[in-house]
Amino acid sequence: MEKHFTDSRVKGVSTGTTILAAVFDGGVVIGSDSRASMGGEFVSSKTINKVIQVHDRIFCCMAGSLADAQAVTKTAKFQLSFHSVQMENPPLVIAAASVLKELCYNNKDELQAGFITAGWDKKKGPQVYVVSLGGMLISQPVTIGGSGSTYIYGYVDAKYKVNMTREECLQFATNALALAMGRDNVSGGVVNLVVITEAGAEHIVIPGDKLPTFSDE
Amino acid sequence: MAAASMMPIFSQNVSSKSDLVPDWTRQEVSTGTTIMAVEYDGGVVVGADSRTTTGAYIANRVTDKLTRIHDRIYCCRSGSAADTQAIAEVVSYQLGFHSIELDEPPLVETAAHLFRASCYRYREELMAGILVAGWDRRKGGQVYCVPIGGMLVRQPVSVGGSGSSYIYGYMDSNYKPGLSKDQCLDLTAKALALAMERDGSSGGVVRLATISEKGVERRVLLGDQLPKFSTH
Repeated sequence: MEKHFTDSRVKGVSTGTTILAAVFDGGVVIGSDSRASMGGEFVSSKTINKVIQVHDRIFCCMAGSLADAQAVTKTAKFQLSFHSVQMENPPLVIAAASVLKELCYNNKDELQAGFITAGWDKKKGPQVYVVSLGGMLISQPVTIGGSGSTYIYGYVDAKYKVNMTREECLQFATNALALAMGRDNVSGGVVNLVVITEAGAEHIVIPGDKLPTFSDE
Repeated sequence: MAAASMMPIFSQNVSSKSDLVPDWTRQEVSTGTTIMAVEYDGGVVVGADSRTTTGAYIANRVTDKLTRIHDRIYCCRSGSAADTQAIAEVVSYQLGFHSIELDEPPLVETAAHLFRASCYRYREELMAGILVAGWDRRKGGQVYCVPIGGMLVRQPVSVGGSGSSYIYGYMDSNYKPGLSKDQCLDLTAKALALAMERDGSSGGVVRLATISEKGVERRVLLGDQLPKFSTH
C-alpha cells in the first residue's frame, strides 16, 4: 500500500495489492495478498493483513492508502458497533457497506480508498459490496480490486460461477490471487482468506510454497 | 513481456478551431487493442480484436491487425496505427528482398530481428508493440514478442496491447505446453473475448489465423459467434 497522494491528478491510482471477494452457496470468501510496498521498490511488510474485521460476520478489504484505510475502518467499526447496540441485532452487511460509502463519498476529496465489504446476515445471506473511489456502492456476486486485479479480470470472468461450493470457491479465490501475485510485482507474500458463513468466520492462510503453480513456473 | 498500454499521448494543437472541431480529430489514431499469439507443434495461432480508435471515436470497427509479412510470417500490431503500418511495410520489403537473395523462405527469427532493429533504433519516436509469429522449416512454429522499447524475446505464448493486462491470469492458468491446434484456437478466441469485454479500446470481431507448413488459414468470429461467459 502506497503513500497517500494528495495531488488530485494521481487520484485513482491503484495501490500495490490484490483483493477479492466472491459469494458461494451458503457463504462468502474474502481475501487478499499480504505485501505492503513503498513505491514499488521496497517491500515494507511481507505479511500484512489487509482483511479487516468490522463486525462478527462482516469483513472488509481495501485498496488505497494504508493511512486512509485504518482511519476509515476504525470509524466504521465504531459506528457499526453503536448501530448494532441500537438495533439490538447484528448489523446488516449493507449497513457496513453504507457506513464506508458515506465516509468515502463525503470525504472524497481527501480520501483515496476503495473498499470491498463481504459478510453474512440473516436478512439476505452472503453478500459482497464494493465501494469505489468516489463513493459509489454496488452489490456484486464477485469483485476484485487493487493493482493486481487488472491481470485477473479475464480469469475471474471466465471461471466464476454462481452457487459454487465452499471448496470450489476457495480454490477459485486462491488461484485468482496466486495468478495476480505472479504478474503484479507489488502484490505478493501469502494469501489471506476469510470464509464467512452463518456459522461464523474462518481464517485461512496459504503460505507461498503452498500456492498453486501454473505451467510457466 | 510488457503489457503495452495503448493510450494516445500525441495530440496536435489546432488552437483556433478548437471549438468547431470534434475532440477525436485531434487524437492520434491508435490500435488500443488485444493481440495474442500461441505456438503449437507444427505452427502458430495468431489472433486480434478489430477496433481502431481516435480518442473515444472508433475509427475502424473491422480492422485487420494481423498483417502478412511473408508467406508464412505474420505480425500482430498494437500501438499507433501509423507507426505499426509503416514498420510492417518496411520489414515486409526488407524480408522480401532478403528472401530473394537467399533463394529460400525467410526465417521467423529474421523477421523478428528486423522488427526489433526498427523498433529499437527509433524507440523515441515510435509507439509500437508487435508480435511476430510464423512457421519456418528450421524451427517450426515460433512466436516472438517485440514490445514498446524494442526488446526481443521468444515465448511459447504471448499477449499484447491495452487489453492484454486483463487476460494474463487467464492465459497463465489455461496455457500448457503441448496443446493442439484446435485447443490453441479455442484458447485464443476465449482470451480475446474476455479482454474485449473488459477493455474499452478493444472490441468488434475476433480475427484468427493459423500458420503452418501447409500455409495460412484465416477466420473471423463475428458478434454472435464470440465465446460467452456467465455474466454477473
